[in-house]
Amino acid sequence: MTGSVDRLHNELDELTRLTPHVRRDRPTRTIIGSWFLLLISIAYFALPLVGTLLFSLRDPGFAAYRDTLKDPQLYKTLGYSFLIAIITVIVSIVLLVPTAFWVRLRLPRLRPVVEFITLLPFVIPPIVLVYGLLTTFSKPPLALTGSSLGSDVLLVCAYVVLSFPYMYRSIDAGLRVIDIRTLTEACQSLGAGWVTIMWRVILPNLRVSILSGAFLTLAVVVGEFTIANFLARPMFATYLQLISGNLAYEPAAVALISFGITWAAMGVIALLGRGRREKINVAGAH
Amino acid sequence: MTQSPEVLGARIASRSGRRRFPTNIFGIVPFVGFAILFLVLPTIYLFVGSVQTKTGQFTLDNFAHLTRPFTAAAYGASIEISLVTALVAGILGFLLAYAVIAGGLPGPLRTGIMTFSGVASNFAGVPLSLAFVFTIGRTGFITVLLKSIGFDPYSTGFTIYSKIGLELVYLYFQLPLMVLIIAPAIDGLKKEWREASENLGATSFQYWRHIALPVLLPSLLGSVILLFGNAFGAQATAFALTGGFIPLVTIVIGSQLSGDTLGDKNLGYALAIGMVAIMAVTLVAYSWLSRRAERWQR
Repeated sequence: MTGSVDRLHNELDELTRLTPHVRRDRPTRTIIGSWFLLLISIAYFALPLVGTLLFSLRDPGFAAYRDTLKDPQLYKTLGYSFLIAIITVIVSIVLLVPTAFWVRLRLPRLRPVVEFITLLPFVIPPIVLVYGLLTTFSKPPLALTGSSLGSDVLLVCAYVVLSFPYMYRSIDAGLRVIDIRTLTEACQSLGAGWVTIMWRVILPNLRVSILSGAFLTLAVVVGEFTIANFLARPMFATYLQLISGNLAYEPAAVALISFGITWAAMGVIALLGRGRREKINVAGAH
Repeated sequence: MTQSPEVLGARIASRSGRRRFPTNIFGIVPFVGFAILFLVLPTIYLFVGSVQTKTGQFTLDNFAHLTRPFTAAAYGASIEISLVTALVAGILGFLLAYAVIAGGLPGPLRTGIMTFSGVASNFAGVPLSLAFVFTIGRTGFITVLLKSIGFDPYSTGFTIYSKIGLELVYLYFQLPLMVLIIAPAIDGLKKEWREASENLGATSFQYWRHIALPVLLPSLLGSVILLFGNAFGAQATAFALTGGFIPLVTIVIGSQLSGDTLGDKNLGYALAIGMVAIMAVTLVAYSWLSRRAERWQR
């Protein structure tokens, strides 16, 4: 009896001897390692931006910026890219919000199927998607690539497809935290139709989720190159690629503008997502 | 058979409805129709083309021809670059995320790094490749700086327009993506586990070997697989950087699209379908692993 109590005391002594040692030692080493890794990473991520900035300033007197900002093509392609991005966001919302809502309300058993379809763009990379689109829509009965408007339609549709994974995830996560069944029944008992329910009840409740998905889509679409290039659309990224072959310093200025746009979109998402657990900012269209 | 309240609710809702026919299904017709038209149909077109000869007869030769030196080399280069960048970004990204979340760095840094990771993981394509050319290209400022202290990296055979150069560029979006997707798993490591193991006398190594790593393993593997897919499908960055010098699968498909480089359209379709197959395998592996990882993230 006394023997086992003694052993327990010994073990407790051993523990108290060990514990402060462990506590004192580990954090210092870890903290130094953490700072070291952080500084290396900051250098790796900052240097290309510094390099671009320095390169853009090699032209004396900010000439690269003055010439760039005078180029009407810059505004034309930027305007076109934003227009395409906004149309993409609207089509994506109109298509996905009612679908996600309806699946949660009435077709819960089809949820895996719909989720699977929204994940397909991960399996079919943009280059394969545009290859397939060009094969399918360049000849009758579905000829779209012949006209400029047809190509625009095809471009928007391709970007809507690209937006599926994160738009749907974002909307579905938003629907999870509101009680759509009760809301819908309350609306119906007050005599509201489906359009009223969607427009005045569901959409306002999903504002934050929809906006974070929308800004991610915006960032991806404005910078997208592969699909725009093969559909021969005058997007911002194809403009940058074009001038990078012809001009010396202006591309550096334009590349920084491009980075600024991504930064702004992500900043808005971060602001929207403050205080929320789930963050949807993984896209990946390179 | 047990039914979830949602299923039950839907049953009751449809039974009390006016019609017996399952009209509910019409609610998702626009979405499914859109997906079929612009996602499934194009893929089917490619698939049908890949199992046809030039004259339209059925054949599997196109897939057999993928083993020809040129196309096999394209798959090899794509897989190599994706694997290298996924592993390097996987390890460094995990360490960085761990340092930020649990490594004793000041709290506000975490928000900043997470937001920046969101930006950098989406910063790719033409501007990214330009940024690296301006930095470590032949006249980039780091190259110039190194030359001024008597070391010319380009004399060692290094060039930004090579595989290693491309890998260096890919890490710019791979590493932040790793930080973003591994962060929830690191958050899931409970402080109590570490304290309990320390109270039982475990060393730091024993804690990692027997507790933290086994818990994190599915997340780590899943993330690396996702990074692999992310790099494997990338086209814009490689195209903008090398203009098609390094024949990745995506680059070969691209040049096939702008002109018939393979000399055989159906071989091009097979190349694309092979890519879809590899991406499908990575996604299945990822979703299997992430379901295993979810157990610890409650």
